[in-house]
Amino acid sequence: MATSPYLSLAVLFVAALGFGLTPLALAWLWAKVYSPAKPNAVKNSIYECGLESKGDAWMQFHSAYYIYAIIFLVFDVESVFLLPFAVAFTGLNAAACVAMLAFVLMLVEGLAWAWAKGVLTWA
Amino acid sequence: MVDEGLKIELGKQGVFVTTIEELYNWGRRSSIWPMQFGLACCAIEMIATTMARYDLARFGAEVFRPSPRQADLMIISGTVTKKMAPQVVRLYNQMAEPKYVIAMGACAISGGPFKQGYNVLKGIDRYIPVDVHIPGCPPRPEALIQAFMTLQKKIDGQHLTGDGRPRFLDAEAQGEFPVPVEGEHDLEPASNKGVWPVPVVIR
Repeated sequence: MATSPYLSLAVLFVAALGFGLTPLALAWLWAKVYSPAKPNAVKNSIYECGLESKGDAWMQFHSAYYIYAIIFLVFDVESVFLLPFAVAFTGLNAAACVAMLAFVLMLVEGLAWAWAKGVLTWA
Repeated sequence: MVDEGLKIELGKQGVFVTTIEELYNWGRRSSIWPMQFGLACCAIEMIATTMARYDLARFGAEVFRPSPRQADLMIISGTVTKKMAPQVVRLYNQMAEPKYVIAMGACAISGGPFKQGYNVLKGIDRYIPVDVHIPGCPPRPEALIQAFMTLQKKIDGQHLTGDGRPRFLDAEAQGEFPVPVEGEHDLEPASNKGVWPVPVVIR
């Protein structure tokens, strides 16, 4: 009988699946036989800190927070792009450099705006 | 069922005999995870119980869970105000079965020294079924450990089938415990009739 070299792998795979699924199946069976589920509205509610949740999680943020968005883009998102740009700098063509320059200039504009607004001065 | 004497005799010979029920109860009583939840000064004693000197870990109960979904035991550790009672009952409802309650200290049992207060619930057993009451103001950590051992004994004696089986194994048993709401003068309802029969006052 010709056996595939992958037969042992298949056997191990089935054994591994069984090892994980058997306890789950046993637990499911146990619950089916012995402990009846009794769900209710209070038990199924999402918030679990004792209080009832109010309002919607999908709320709009006030536009006054735009300055935080600008600062986040300048100091966080930009650095993510700057590192690969610096690493690949010598191998880039002119078009890529111009594209990157436009991106950085746009963010510098944001930085200048934040600076003029006095956001960068502490205390 | 295996005869108790025969079981001991077999144990001496190195043969371990058990039933599914015993194994199940052993598993349940050895891993009672309390909810991380303190109400008043009794909570300090509860914290002390979990620490090195009293070491609640010996009972498999050192894992205090911050979510009711993962907890098996609610320790009512302190005064329950009427403002707090709905939250306590809601959290109890959100715990997964099987769930147990220890009423720790005079306040949790009856209102304690604040019983005459307008805003103090006169015992949490008005709303949820309590398994073990421990008196004291506050009870010492040894008393809480005693309550744990009492609860473990209670779990050990429960049967999976039959009329006396615990609530979580009974499809007909009460599953929801109504959350009281703040009424004009008192919590409404003032008690859960299913778990606390209102005593008749004879004057």
